[in-house]
Amino acid sequence: MMRKALLAFLLVSASPAWARTIVVAPGDNDQEVLQTALIEAQPGDVIELGSGTFRLTNGLSLDVDNVTVRGAGPAASVLSFKGQTGAGEGLLVTSDRVLLTGFAVEDTKGDGIKAKGVDRITMDNLRVVWTRGPHKDNGAYGLYPVEATNVLVQNSEVVACSDAGVYVGQSENIVVRNNRVSFNVAGIEIENSKHADVYGNLAHHNTGGILVFDLPNLPKMGGHSTRIFSNTVVDNDTPNFAPPGNIVAEVPQGLGIMVMANENVEVSSNRIEGNRTAAVMVVSYVRPFEDASYNPLARNVRIFGNVLGRNGWDPKFPGGAELAAALGGGLPPVLWDGVTRFGDKPDDTTTTPASDAPMVSLGLTVAGTPPSKAQPAPVAPVGASAALAAVVLPADQPMP
Amino acid sequence: MLRAAALLAAALLVASAAPPTVNDAVLAGAAAPATLAETGLFLDGGATRPNARVVPYGLATPLFSDHADKARFLYVPEGKTARYAGEGLLDIPVGSVLIKHFGFTRADGNLDLIETRLLVHQADGWKAWPYVWNADDSAATLKRAGARVAVTGHDGAGKPVALDWQVPNVNQCKGCHATGNTLVPIGPKARNLNHDFEGENNLTRLTRLGLLTGVPENAPRLPDWKDANESLERRARAYLDVNCGHCHKPDGPASNSGLFLTWETPSGPHIGIGKGPVAAGRGSGGRMVSIDPGHPDRSILTYRMESTEPGVMMPELGRTQPDEAGLALVRDWIAAMR
Repeated sequence: MMRKALLAFLLVSASPAWARTIVVAPGDNDQEVLQTALIEAQPGDVIELGSGTFRLTNGLSLDVDNVTVRGAGPAASVLSFKGQTGAGEGLLVTSDRVLLTGFAVEDTKGDGIKAKGVDRITMDNLRVVWTRGPHKDNGAYGLYPVEATNVLVQNSEVVACSDAGVYVGQSENIVVRNNRVSFNVAGIEIENSKHADVYGNLAHHNTGGILVFDLPNLPKMGGHSTRIFSNTVVDNDTPNFAPPGNIVAEVPQGLGIMVMANENVEVSSNRIEGNRTAAVMVVSYVRPFEDASYNPLARNVRIFGNVLGRNGWDPKFPGGAELAAALGGGLPPVLWDGVTRFGDKPDDTTTTPASDAPMVSLGLTVAGTPPSKAQPAPVAPVGASAALAAVVLPADQPMP
Repeated sequence: MLRAAALLAAALLVASAAPPTVNDAVLAGAAAPATLAETGLFLDGGATRPNARVVPYGLATPLFSDHADKARFLYVPEGKTARYAGEGLLDIPVGSVLIKHFGFTRADGNLDLIETRLLVHQADGWKAWPYVWNADDSAATLKRAGARVAVTGHDGAGKPVALDWQVPNVNQCKGCHATGNTLVPIGPKARNLNHDFEGENNLTRLTRLGLLTGVPENAPRLPDWKDANESLERRARAYLDVNCGHCHKPDGPASNSGLFLTWETPSGPHIGIGKGPVAAGRGSGGRMVSIDPGHPDRSILTYRMESTEPGVMMPELGRTQPDEAGLALVRDWIAAMR
């Protein structure tokens, strides 16, 4: 009876005849009411979240294609998971063509919003936050599409993830734009993914601003073709609070943009300033790995046209202070580990980043060489330009 | 009126001429029936007496569910049979149902029922229907959105424990039962059935009763994880297969972790040896790899098995208590690794 009382079914003239808007307001049984709405939704339906705080006691999940979950705005409709007693995330989406827009997710025990194995997922105008601020026990990821195709994450805010605010993993055809990420270990991370455009984002007060990684022993590897452009990456100064073991626990405090073990990455037209370790860092994967199909090198990285303020005055990685002293008190904007080969493979000539800004190579040559063996040497700037095409999302990508 | 009368007459005829049968029409319906009784899978409201062709079975190595006891049944409609299809899942025909009661055994030896989960094989795939029992175990009703039930269970030492029992919603069912995007059974793998249960091998019984065909001689067996005659390696791998492998497999819900804990996974990085975490977050517990050979306390696997914190604990669903015995086995296995 309670459920019936709280759910109103309305016809929306603009939608197909069978599409409904299901209005859900906060009440005293939010978990069951909201989860029931998510289960009973039909393709085409809109689940409309009312204003106020929904108090969830467990994870929520959506497994129906072509559904919109729309709140009254990220400040108005709040899904609070403070009392969560189960599940690895706040909201899990496992269906295609889903639009999530206009609501907030707070204080989940694990990740914020995860979309796994989906096509055409749009996350728009969302807010994911841990209200106590940076803490090692916060969830790993805020907005978390994984093993997905046609991913759009935009106009959202993520604060205080113990890993990455926006994390797109093992996915393809990705646009991450106009988001605001702060006080996360990594602001935005594109991992083991292909064809990503990351632009118009503000990444500030994270440990590292924007990361592009490729990791071994995963079902999808060989990440390539990411453009990071027109972002504002400033004052990333939060001490790393990631639990050790996670790859981002190794990100030094004060990093602007980092590329690790990836291919065809363009870093252009960004404003990068106030990051004490470096503006841009290009490195290979250094941990031991057992995976014949994995390439730990960063290849074909192009850095051009960025607006660079003060960066690299106090590099926070082992040996960083000595390196800065040796280079006259600070690092040039681009730091490259100088790794050109791994294992018994020959040198890969595509490993030298093309940068129009000053760069230093640590001269480590072989992947896995410890930084203590560094033989730093400047690398002369070269002309670099765009080669990657823009990511095009399908015409029927869900849009707000 | 005429139609109703005819139906009534037909029903009476059936009742007098033959024992009641499972309600195949209800089981084939688009909507799950509101009560378990409507399925006709059991002869009594309390679901203690299975109907014809509803056969109990047991697993050599079962899933841990907060120390709950379980009773499992397979129903295969008259005229159909399941087929042995290798050591993995039986090939179970459309119309069949897998039934699992959850509860705690009372002093009188009967199960104090909490919930009964059905996996119903319909023409367009498997459907998960969760039913929750009333206080006196006389009726079970459908709860598609799941439920939380206050249950008095017990811990590993038999001490009573108040449990906040979570009946999974239909999406959470898929959280474990998904292969790719398809819902599939987990438990009735031939290798895990190839054991004696109540005095007879499950596969032999199912074959004898006409529910199963094609079982070869010397079919592979999954070890009983508690069988001290089996090697530590085989016992631990059996435990991980059943408790973790349904998600941690290449086409399972945890595929993106790259950690595959199935029986079939060869020893190496994918089983977790020397493998760093990917999306573990605080679930890493500050440990560097899933399995650090010789060092259970440096292995993420044991950290997440010990935990009861959502966001850390594994499995994510289906338990609120640690499985001390399973944990001890996995610890011993890792400790013995070189």
